[in-house]
Amino acid sequence: MTVLSARRARRPVAAPRARRRHRLRVLAFLSPWLIGFGVFFAYPLLATVYFSFTRYDLFSLEYVGLTNYRFLLQDENAWRSMRNTMWLVVVMVPLRVLFALGTAQLLTQLKTGGNVLRSIIYLPYLVPPVAATVAFVFLLNPGTGPVEQLAGSVGIPLPDWFNEPQWSKPGLTLLGLWAVGDVMIILLAALLDVPRQLYEASAIDGAGPWQRFRHITLPTISPVLLFAAVTGVIQTLQYFTQAMVAAKVAAGQADQPGTTTAPGYPDGSTLTFPQWLYDEGFRQFNMGYACVLALVLLAVSMAFTLVLLRQFHAFADEEVSG
Amino acid sequence: MRIQPPPRPAYRPLYRTVALAAALVLASACTAGGGKDKDGGPAADAPQTIQVWHGWSADHEVKAFEDAVAGFRRAHPNITVKITGNQLDDQITNAIRGGNPPDVVSSFTTDNLGQFCQSGAWQELTPRLQKDKVDLGIFPKAVQDYTQFKGKRCALPLLADAYGLYYNKKLMKGEKPPTTMSELAALAKKLTVRDPDGTIKVAGFMPSVQYYEHTPQHIAPSFGVKWLGADGQANFSKDPGFKAYLRWSKELLDWYGLQNARKFMRSMGQEFEASNPFQKGKVAMAIDGEWRTKFIEKEAPTLDYGTAPPPVADDRRDQYGSGFTLGTIMGIPRGAKHPEAAWALVKYLTTDTQAVVTLANALGNVPSTRDALASPDLKLPPQFKTFMDVFRHPGTSTSPSSPNGGDYLVQFQEFVQDQWEPGKVSDLDKGLRDLDVKIDKALQLSGG
Repeated sequence: MTVLSARRARRPVAAPRARRRHRLRVLAFLSPWLIGFGVFFAYPLLATVYFSFTRYDLFSLEYVGLTNYRFLLQDENAWRSMRNTMWLVVVMVPLRVLFALGTAQLLTQLKTGGNVLRSIIYLPYLVPPVAATVAFVFLLNPGTGPVEQLAGSVGIPLPDWFNEPQWSKPGLTLLGLWAVGDVMIILLAALLDVPRQLYEASAIDGAGPWQRFRHITLPTISPVLLFAAVTGVIQTLQYFTQAMVAAKVAAGQADQPGTTTAPGYPDGSTLTFPQWLYDEGFRQFNMGYACVLALVLLAVSMAFTLVLLRQFHAFADEEVSG
Repeated sequence: MRIQPPPRPAYRPLYRTVALAAALVLASACTAGGGKDKDGGPAADAPQTIQVWHGWSADHEVKAFEDAVAGFRRAHPNITVKITGNQLDDQITNAIRGGNPPDVVSSFTTDNLGQFCQSGAWQELTPRLQKDKVDLGIFPKAVQDYTQFKGKRCALPLLADAYGLYYNKKLMKGEKPPTTMSELAALAKKLTVRDPDGTIKVAGFMPSVQYYEHTPQHIAPSFGVKWLGADGQANFSKDPGFKAYLRWSKELLDWYGLQNARKFMRSMGQEFEASNPFQKGKVAMAIDGEWRTKFIEKEAPTLDYGTAPPPVADDRRDQYGSGFTLGTIMGIPRGAKHPEAAWALVKYLTTDTQAVVTLANALGNVPSTRDALASPDLKLPPQFKTFMDVFRHPGTSTSPSSPNGGDYLVQFQEFVQDQWEPGKVSDLDKGLRDLDVKIDKALQLSGG
């Protein structure tokens, strides 16, 4: 009894120690991730929040309270760039996914030549974005571009893609569709993964092509569609290179050292949010304000991702219950 | 059954550790960019090695810099100079922030000087200039202006760019180069050749800001504009010169027709290639920098052309001969480990006549001191003289530095390109007032 009592008496002391050891062991196993998360996410995020309350020109720092946040409310370019970015998210992302899905679907139907066509469609994605954009702007140049000349020779007038504000974003969308290989390849893999027997069974039951697509293909590939949509939205919210290069090439501005030019030609129509963030931080040296813009971008990205996740989950639940 | 939460005291030390670590990390973030200013270092006559960064990258440019430094090496055998080319502002900024900058840096982006000076990233040179009794009068006034910010001189000039009028003698059809903006517009119309459908075949002078160097920064000085007021605030609505410039350019652009002009500009070649429209005989007159003489020498050696000072507004005829200038700057970054030797090199490269002439001859830029401008050793084409005359003219001006990288210039150009030229501005006074407000807010954000 005495021994038992002694054991019982010691238990409250021993249990926390064991728990602590257990937790430390868990922490040790988690530490690589924790360190990575801390160094590459938590710390930069905390630092960004901190800098957003300062005037920081990369060299000197001064606390300015909410000044940067107040400036955001009256910064025309920030809102203009946000509108442009939203336009690309709302128009370009769905179009790319749809175009990639259509292309992938077509490739699954081909009896011969599928491999060659797949490579041809994928290849533009491998072209470096800067080179692809420069080539695209030159090809579509209304003065010297071969596409314009070819269309003109058969009597088809083409818009001045990268020099008219209303056509510049559609021009960038065309460029995005041309380089759709990344989305196409994952959707093609997903389509090839759909069990054949489901199609066969539905055919026996009398389902048409649309019904097969709606009730078999779409639910089966919906996780991949979700992935394509979410990554597409995140990539588009960070859209920078193509818009900047297209603007500079179309404006005829030589990007030589010593020159400073406004981004977003023509008329700010290609000014995307990350471009404005970069401009504020590294051309105008308002790093504190650039941090505010970065936080806005983070919030918008998270909001979009959450909405998409909810929509897709709702769709999946509907399919399961239906 | 309710699950009991684990005993909290066991975590307190962990929380404290995490909180302490976070505070330390945050504190280190707050001091980012705080590379210490290690003023002092070894004396200039002590044996040492200094690091020098410049932005030139082409073989002949790198060689020119080496040649210019050769005289310094002979005069200071105790100082080993290690030169690294193709280093632009981003690399310089990162090196200073990292606390391990080179000893001497140069920048092509004069617009960034405001930030360099205001933040102390480049060291104040006035005490050294005074100690060594360097007379700033060796530099033309405009050069003195673009190497300081609010009285703080943190750079010296390393060659300069001056702008003038280039004209194609064949296309001029015997006409003399214009001296006023009215003459320029009239002659531009006279020399323009159009196809029957109105398409521009040869442009007399293309006034659009989208024509390469015809930016407001380079053309508006002909109207005697003052970019910023005495208070450092935007001056676009207050200085009548801006309205005169805008009306002059719009009148000529409308004569061409905006769509015709744009079509012409889209069909022309690249600015820094042999397809440049002036070099190809598609443009009779153009404002351009002195460097174009080198390009023509290399890419269009048979082109028969002349140069003249840029025309001036009709009410500024007495200022004919003046123009706009800007240039490469050189300084000592905060945290330089050998500031004395660095200063010796900066002083040598920017004030020694032979060094400046060597660089000017090789790079085809305007020598930035009065003595070098008069040097018999200059070997530059005859057309180059115009730019040296413009450069030393007392009325020649520059665009002042601002703490936000010359953002006022970018915003004004945006206004002209996107609003004014397409005819979207119905009330110019209001448009310029709104622009001033926008620029001033941006300046305020940067602490200007």
